[in-house]
Amino acid sequence: MATIAATEPVPAREIARRRTFRNRWYRTPAFVAGATILLLLIAASLAAPLITRYDPNGQDLLHTYAHPSGAHWLGTDELGRDVLTRLIYAGRVDLLTAFFAVFFPFCIGTALGCLSGYYGGFSDTVVMRLVDIVVAFPFIVLVLALVFVLGPGQRSIIIAITIVGWVSYARIVRGEILVQKRLEYVLAARAAGLSDARIIARHLLPNVITQAIVFSMSDIVLSVLAIVTLSYLGAGIPPPTADWGSMIADGESLITTQWQIATFPGIAILLTGLGLSLLGDGLADLLAPE
Amino acid sequence: MDRFSYTLRRLAQVLPVALGVTILTFLLVHLVPGDPASTVLGQRATPQLIAQLHKEWGLDRSLPEQYWLFLQRLAHGDLGDSLLYGVPVREMIIERAPVTLWLLAYSTVLSMLIAVPLATAAARRKDGAVDQVVRAVPIVGLGMPAFWLGIMLILLLAAQVWKVFPVGGYGEGVWGHLVSMFLPALTVAIGTAPLLIRSLRASLLGVLESDYVTTARAKGLPESRVLLRHALRNGIMPMITVLGINLGFLIGNTVVVEKVFALPGIGAMIYDGITQRDFAVVQGVTLVLATLVVFVNVVIDVTYSFLDPRVSYD
Amino acid sequence: MSLAEPILSVRDLRVEIPTPHGVVKAVDGIDLDVPRGSALGLVGESGCGKTMTLRAIMGLLPGRAHISGGEVVFDGTALSPDSLGRLRGDSIGMVFQEPMTALNPVMRVGDQIAEGPRVRLGQSARVSRERALDLLRLVGIPDPERRYRAYPHELSGGLRQRVVIAIALASSPQLLLCDEPTTALDVTIQDQILHLLARLRAEMGLSQVLVTHDLAVVAQNCERVAVMYAGRIVETGTVAEVFGSPRHPYTRALLRSVPDFDDRRAQLESIGGMPPDLITPPSGCRFHPRCDMAHPDCASVDPPLKALGPGRGTACRYHEELARSG
Repeated sequence: MATIAATEPVPAREIARRRTFRNRWYRTPAFVAGATILLLLIAASLAAPLITRYDPNGQDLLHTYAHPSGAHWLGTDELGRDVLTRLIYAGRVDLLTAFFAVFFPFCIGTALGCLSGYYGGFSDTVVMRLVDIVVAFPFIVLVLALVFVLGPGQRSIIIAITIVGWVSYARIVRGEILVQKRLEYVLAARAAGLSDARIIARHLLPNVITQAIVFSMSDIVLSVLAIVTLSYLGAGIPPPTADWGSMIADGESLITTQWQIATFPGIAILLTGLGLSLLGDGLADLLAPE
Repeated sequence: MDRFSYTLRRLAQVLPVALGVTILTFLLVHLVPGDPASTVLGQRATPQLIAQLHKEWGLDRSLPEQYWLFLQRLAHGDLGDSLLYGVPVREMIIERAPVTLWLLAYSTVLSMLIAVPLATAAARRKDGAVDQVVRAVPIVGLGMPAFWLGIMLILLLAAQVWKVFPVGGYGEGVWGHLVSMFLPALTVAIGTAPLLIRSLRASLLGVLESDYVTTARAKGLPESRVLLRHALRNGIMPMITVLGINLGFLIGNTVVVEKVFALPGIGAMIYDGITQRDFAVVQGVTLVLATLVVFVNVVIDVTYSFLDPRVSYD
Repeated sequence: MSLAEPILSVRDLRVEIPTPHGVVKAVDGIDLDVPRGSALGLVGESGCGKTMTLRAIMGLLPGRAHISGGEVVFDGTALSPDSLGRLRGDSIGMVFQEPMTALNPVMRVGDQIAEGPRVRLGQSARVSRERALDLLRLVGIPDPERRYRAYPHELSGGLRQRVVIAIALASSPQLLLCDEPTTALDVTIQDQILHLLARLRAEMGLSQVLVTHDLAVVAQNCERVAVMYAGRIVETGTVAEVFGSPRHPYTRALLRSVPDFDDRRAQLESIGGMPPDLITPPSGCRFHPRCDMAHPDCASVDPPLKALGPGRGTACRYHEELARSG
């Protein structure tokens, strides 16, 4: 009595998913909330010069450790710099660095995961052993050591996180490919004589990449956390550039008197994490097959 | 295949990884710029003294030679001597390990104490008020930097608002440890709990819908027993796997937390080692930590096979 | 409390399930009577509400489903949600369809049988173990001592189902509710399980309700039968009456779709049309869109279950016409 449903060809499945995305995105509360928060944050950091007239690195040694006032909404730090300004500019640095610190691992990890999953055999073993080795190290410890090897700076942080971070994408993509490559549409493509490269790029990739994208949302959060942690430990974005982590470190000793210096950057990080998590959850809901 | 050979096979798979770990650690440490000899000697540095130290530490040999020496000593359990303090690294680790182990154990217990009740309450009434709140916890919690949380906790409970707990330090005696380490352990626990809550809630939702839970209820068992003996017993295993997988994450958190709360543990040790260019310390500690993570994961794998009688050993 | 009184009486039971698309009326006002020591078969296609009926009686409705009306009377006493909880695992036992998922995979089967009495009655471990062994023997499991320590996945399907029955029997219930007890089993095993249930009825006077979509099971094992469709009972009577001379088009169609009781694998004559929407059921008689003898007014008038005699009822207004056409 039951009929076996035919497996749909790839283009139709893709199109169906895109269609539902367009219809549903504004009805998914998590997605909307997350996107809103993020857009606000990004807008604020881009429009920083419009919001505040201070230079984030502009010192005013006559007015150090000032309490919050009309002129300085969040007071000033030990060098007389306006805390609120630094807070907003720090957002620029941290968010941008985090973006690249996810983008490169995404690309490298996806590529390696595709190869490893599709061809299997020796390349798979090599990639998976590499994964095991990298994963054995605590993330922070490895990144910390790499940053010291490469020297301080934004570029080193991005490289360090890339070297450690590709692993998750490789695993996710490899897992998805292992599942998908047994499905009928892949077999049909191979029977039709399509080259491996075309099969991977044109047929498999669009279907496996959604999982990687969803993960990348939480990965950006992790990257932001890693970057600010590194800065807190003194191994991140070098001074005098404003960054949330070093602001918290600077404010730590003042916690009893000027608690806002350490508190607000943390809240900014929290909000970023919140927005990204909501966006990620919403995205996961939207992209999930019905 | 039986459990014993399965365990052996898992251990054997671990060897190449362990070897890779040693290579990576070795390379990392030796690529760090800066010469430890000059750092140690400081003002007294002369070319002869530097050369002498290099010879003493074997730094004048080629890298592969140094690596071979490193492996040999490793086989004897010798992790070398700290370049800065001259003390065997192994002893330093043993001395400071208890602090970190305390922190890890304490925080794991706390995180489970937080996660299990919350996840259970959430799963019992899906989409209910409690569930909505509990689902929000990971969303907020995972975006929170551990060190900032630690500072906030210090602000609230140690320094400013309510001065209940000490600001830092390890404390004396078991009770002293429990009190002093509460805030740092709580910081780490709050960092880990969201992951555990997510995974446990998801698996409990599946388990609570299953037929054997209905059977248990049909037997007229009190709901508490149904939850504990049937639902949790089956649902908790994925959460334990998550714990194991995130051991690396957990250890990373302890590094930072030890710095915030001034705890003399292994995490703080590795941080100091990196900033002070103390090769031996960084090498030794990283190796120990990485091996620990690998080993723990094997233990979890094998334990899984004991907990779940359905796992086959092929 | 006379012996003539049915062990279970259900009056106007209603079960509703709120969903995003509307409220599903899974059970829409049914009456049932189970005489003591006999077996009642409850048949109908998937989704007709028979499983929900059993779950409602046990107080084990899943998710958002809840009883929205009616009453359940067990052994002369009306049941409330609280008293339902006390009877569960005590006077009323339940047997499930899929024994593999009905058993806790990480617990030994003997412990699962012993658990009910041990926890509810406070029996010692040794006493409850002895009882569990007795039950294993009662349900016909050979080598009970060894099987006690087995895990569910180590047993065959037939043995597992016997364990499920043993669990239900652990507290010496007066009523056994069986939800498709043999559907997931091999044909030969089915016979064995049904024999077991018959034996329990004969030897222990255990009243039973057998829910199934398989008419043959009902024909061979039950004294009385109730046919359900779209959350309503459309015909009741003894097996001989209902299967011998059906008085509802749906019952007739069901019988026709199983031409030979001994050859269930023969071509099934399926009943045309789609299963009914339980959020907005068809107007009038719910079966009329698929009925092969529907009259014009069947689409507007909703017929109740009409008594034709003691214990015999039908919800079709044209049942005499049906009886004449044979």
